[in-house]
Amino acid sequence: MPRNNPASLRSAIVAAGDPSSRILVGVDAMATWGELVHGSILENRSVDLRGNSVLLATIDQFRAAAALIELDGLARRVVLFPPDVPREHLPYVARTAEADVLVTDQPEIASMQHGVRHAVLCGRSVVPVNPDRSPEIETEWILLTSGTTGLPKLAVHTLATLAGSAWHKSPASAAIVWSTFYDMRRYGGLHIFLHAALTGTSLVVSSAQEPVADFLARAGAHGVTHISGTPSHWRRALMSPWAGRIAPEYIRMSGEIVDQAILNQVGAQYPQARVEHTFASTEAGVGFYVSDGLMGFAPELLSQNPLVEMKIENGTLKIRSNRAAYRYLGAENPKLKDADGFVDTGDTVELREGRYYFTGRRDGVINVGGFKVHPEEVEAVINRHPRVAMSLVKAKKSPITGALVVADVVLKAPPREDGPTALERDLMQFCRGELAPHMVPAAINIVPTLPIGESGKLVRRA
Amino acid sequence: MDVRSEVVAQFTRVAQDQDKRLAPLTDELSLLDSGLDSLCFAIVVARLETSLGVDPFSDDEDARFPVTFGDFIRFYEHAAK
Repeated sequence: MPRNNPASLRSAIVAAGDPSSRILVGVDAMATWGELVHGSILENRSVDLRGNSVLLATIDQFRAAAALIELDGLARRVVLFPPDVPREHLPYVARTAEADVLVTDQPEIASMQHGVRHAVLCGRSVVPVNPDRSPEIETEWILLTSGTTGLPKLAVHTLATLAGSAWHKSPASAAIVWSTFYDMRRYGGLHIFLHAALTGTSLVVSSAQEPVADFLARAGAHGVTHISGTPSHWRRALMSPWAGRIAPEYIRMSGEIVDQAILNQVGAQYPQARVEHTFASTEAGVGFYVSDGLMGFAPELLSQNPLVEMKIENGTLKIRSNRAAYRYLGAENPKLKDADGFVDTGDTVELREGRYYFTGRRDGVINVGGFKVHPEEVEAVINRHPRVAMSLVKAKKSPITGALVVADVVLKAPPREDGPTALERDLMQFCRGELAPHMVPAAINIVPTLPIGESGKLVRRA
Repeated sequence: MDVRSEVVAQFTRVAQDQDKRLAPLTDELSLLDSGLDSLCFAIVVARLETSLGVDPFSDDEDARFPVTFGDFIRFYEHAAK
């Protein structure tokens, strides 16, 4: 019998079985799920946040997890602000999410005005409390995704959409220990966090500041059996002499196009592991799992799960399911679903010899190691350089990060005596001052012209 | 072209461009301790593809990833043959 959807994350954790026998491990803190359910990282102030919209912007994942468990069911809305999103976006996100309160573990963030009523500084550890939390309400969980203009888009989920199938699964055996290279403020990481919470397993979370070797050693020391990451995460792990510190039974890859090389390499390093790759997106939720060890996916997968309807239309994957986000927040944001309730993932596929392969993004978004780059945003910066007439930013395939950003640039006047190399360097330096490192072109080619289509727009595809 | 000196040149240049502190490039140096992150390695591999004309990471789907700087050099020397 499937269990009913519990009201809150706390009750779901309790329903998954004895929460005192499994643990959540952070980089410098750990607690049993039981301590998290019956404790507070917010200095026992969470009840004051009842009905509020809360902007959760901690650096540390353990504290974010503890705060999330505490706030779900109490707050009207919790925004998960990932630590890699520039802080200057905090006021925009706060405004768009109508945030009342900012929760952070950074005193310097707490002391600044971000358009919220007040800020709450997380404690360093979870302390036991027993507040009256009734009645619990359904909290909106807001996930950030990258937008064309450089400002993040805010996708609205609830525990029900994010947990997906996790709470229809019977509780896992205590032997499973999950971990993920992902940050739990991203869909891929949050999915694993909820899976562990709702199926009753332990979980080891990473930290952006932690060297790969330390994370692998920590994951190994806690006996991690199940672990997920992007192909880029896995390539980095395989380059570490500490890759052998973990001996997982199950490995999952998602978030980027998976190629055959990374599947083979991970399989060779961890011959005992079952390796799967999965399609999921912040907006559409989890689509499908591929477990035959091959890149791409069999067309049958599209119709395998009656709860997740998928179709290929005009070469892109569309998904309708109860795991999809409801909508974007903010008046200026586009519709998240079409009239029939399908989310257009924007991911393009090609059918070759009876199997589908992902080929990229229809909107040209470049995925650099899991970071999405909108070419227009990079072009806008290059075009501000005094010597540039126009530019075209595109992807170059990379065996390390999946893709890199490269740019073709047309100059207003032919290169001067300083030669193209000096100018290319100058342009890159210019971009570095304006853009995050993964957005800066890895190569700049000076070209005489760029093709313009009949619509008057740059031709982005050959 | 001498593979080693080209690899050293690209590591040095990318570290400089990306404002990373590069560790002394000995053969025993673990790549992840070199000071370069994944993005830096991706750029190094792209530049070496241009200068040496090979990309051993993409050319062999079953190749094991190099772990030390010495492995990395041999990986390219083997591919450039």
